[in-house]
Amino acid sequence: MTRYILQRIGYMIITMFLIATFTFFLMKLLPGTPLSAADKLSEEQQAVVLEKYGLNDPVPVQYFNYMVNLTQGDLGISFQFDNREVTTIIMERIGPSMTLGVQAMVIGTILGMLLGLVSAIYHNGILDYGSTFIAVVGKSIPSFVFAGILQYFIGVKLGWFPVALWGTWAHTVLPTIALAIFPIAIAARFMRTEMLEVMGSDYITTARAKGVNKFGVVFKHGLRNALIPLITVLGPLAIGLMTGTLVIENIFAVPGIGEQFVKAINTNDFPIIMGTTLLIAFLFIFIILVIDLMYGVIDPRIRLAEGE
Amino acid sequence: MDNQKPSKDLFVPVNREENEGEKISRPSLSFWQDSFIRLRKNMGAMIGLGILIVIAIMAIFGPYMNEYGEFDQDLSRAKMPPKVEALSWLGMDGTLSSVQTADTVEEAKQKALMRFNNQEDFIQTTVLSQGGNGEQAEVEAVYDVYAAKDMQDQPFWFGTDGLGRDLWTRTWMGTRISLYIALLAATIDMIIGVAYGGISAYYGGRVDNIMQRIIEILVGIPNLVIVILMILILEPGIISITIALTITGWIGMARIIRGQVLKLKNQEFVLASKTLGAQDNRVLRKHLVPNVLGLIIINTMFTIPNAIFFEAFLSFIGLGLPTPIASLGTLIEDGFNSLQIYPHILLFPAIVISLIMIAFNVLADGLRDAFDPKMRE
Repeated sequence: MTRYILQRIGYMIITMFLIATFTFFLMKLLPGTPLSAADKLSEEQQAVVLEKYGLNDPVPVQYFNYMVNLTQGDLGISFQFDNREVTTIIMERIGPSMTLGVQAMVIGTILGMLLGLVSAIYHNGILDYGSTFIAVVGKSIPSFVFAGILQYFIGVKLGWFPVALWGTWAHTVLPTIALAIFPIAIAARFMRTEMLEVMGSDYITTARAKGVNKFGVVFKHGLRNALIPLITVLGPLAIGLMTGTLVIENIFAVPGIGEQFVKAINTNDFPIIMGTTLLIAFLFIFIILVIDLMYGVIDPRIRLAEGE
Repeated sequence: MDNQKPSKDLFVPVNREENEGEKISRPSLSFWQDSFIRLRKNMGAMIGLGILIVIAIMAIFGPYMNEYGEFDQDLSRAKMPPKVEALSWLGMDGTLSSVQTADTVEEAKQKALMRFNNQEDFIQTTVLSQGGNGEQAEVEAVYDVYAAKDMQDQPFWFGTDGLGRDLWTRTWMGTRISLYIALLAATIDMIIGVAYGGISAYYGGRVDNIMQRIIEILVGIPNLVIVILMILILEPGIISITIALTITGWIGMARIIRGQVLKLKNQEFVLASKTLGAQDNRVLRKHLVPNVLGLIIINTMFTIPNAIFFEAFLSFIGLGLPTPIASLGTLIEDGFNSLQIYPHILLFPAIVISLIMIAFNVLADGLRDAFDPKMRE
């Protein structure tokens, strides 16, 4: 197991290195300059500014510097905000993004699981069709369309929650719901399939034959076994949420990573674009790793297969 | 016990014909016929297919159904609400309404009139609540925009956007562009994925090993990051969005095809074909591809809505198609800017994109069930 973990972490570092290199050179290929009014500045002024950010060095030197700084957690200085470190900017903005992401993930998976459970217990009943319908719609309709519906009807028409911006917990409600729809749909679909499969297996029949009541069969014998494979969808779900936050934060004007990222794209703020890209890539790879390891810990059958 | 032997006279020999046992009583169905029958029984999938056909027809002919062009700007008719005579009961009657609250009824009325530029002749006000007792007075104003602008004879079915462009034309043009990007991306994904996965699995050995290592590295890079970076370099446009979507899009297909071909290539019918002297080319075309065709179709059907989503997503983060090209993504993004007052700008493209996504997903689910009954829940 230790060897497996080390091997995976090794792969992770290689991938991160490749992504950092790839991103760096792509940034160098980008059109446009980081100077906000390049045509108004004289040659000398431009040179001074470029010198300040180390953009006059040859590309290999820039690359080397960037990589060395990166290993020390230094992502460089933002072009847009004078003299502010990218790391600081990202740290300031990670809070709202995390709040939204975690809330949506927790609420989404729990609601989705319940929905899937109901679906499986009342298989082919009206509740099953109802929750399957919710799952299909939730999986298909893009989160930004949901965000629009919520903003207009709940925010503007009913006025229950703030339409946008950030501050109190009430501000998190609408973006969280908009984000949670996707995990609800995916978890519900997955849970339904798994639960139906588990409920058809022999040990459930045995439990029934022993006289375990319906509640016990479903929750003690069924649910626990159906839950294990659910962990595999957590990864794609988390990645889906990361994509979602980029858009949702912009719609609801949440001061998070996603909003900053879009601003950076529009202002050619390369250090922020790179920093955010690396952060997203890192989270992506890290989540996949954790889930793979978790799966091995929880399901002994997989650990055995690895050992062989 | 009366255990008499039955007399032989009681038995009449059945008239047996030659090869009776071999006779097939029902017409034999090919795999595709069988799948199609199963698909037809799936109501959801057929509804999805129907919706897609209607949307495709509208995307082709919709823009020519009225006289307005995609880029015809006219600020005097900006942000007109949708008007369809036959659907006025749905709220598509060409009016804007607004509820205003104030301390007294008069003040609320004034506010309501101000809201619509004091065009008193065309505003109908209704008092919803008189107020008093600490409650605010509420007045609803309904403003007939078409009458005010003297345009009653030229309705905009989906209304107009902030620059006075007809949203009916733009919505269907946008649908056309979005579908075009999605279909193109899905086709390229399919070709690369099938070729890569097929070659990797069929030749096996070192070829497979190298090709799989390449895939492993590519899979580690989040496609979100790749798509964004590619668009940044290539400058937004229809082709660059398509390229960005396909750069990593084919990997899923390649992996699925590889798995399936690995399973198939050791089966007896392939061995038989090889023994009879078939070339690699023939084995691939005649035996392997037909057997993975179902999977290819299913996977492509899931790729298309994904591409549509990503196109719209890119518009949101400022990397969408450049103005004034309409796509579902740019239209929706535009709609968000005036969502609070003119929700109709967002409404129609949002409905169309949602319908497309639902229809593709339902149809893909149906196809999966139809092609592979074993995978059915």
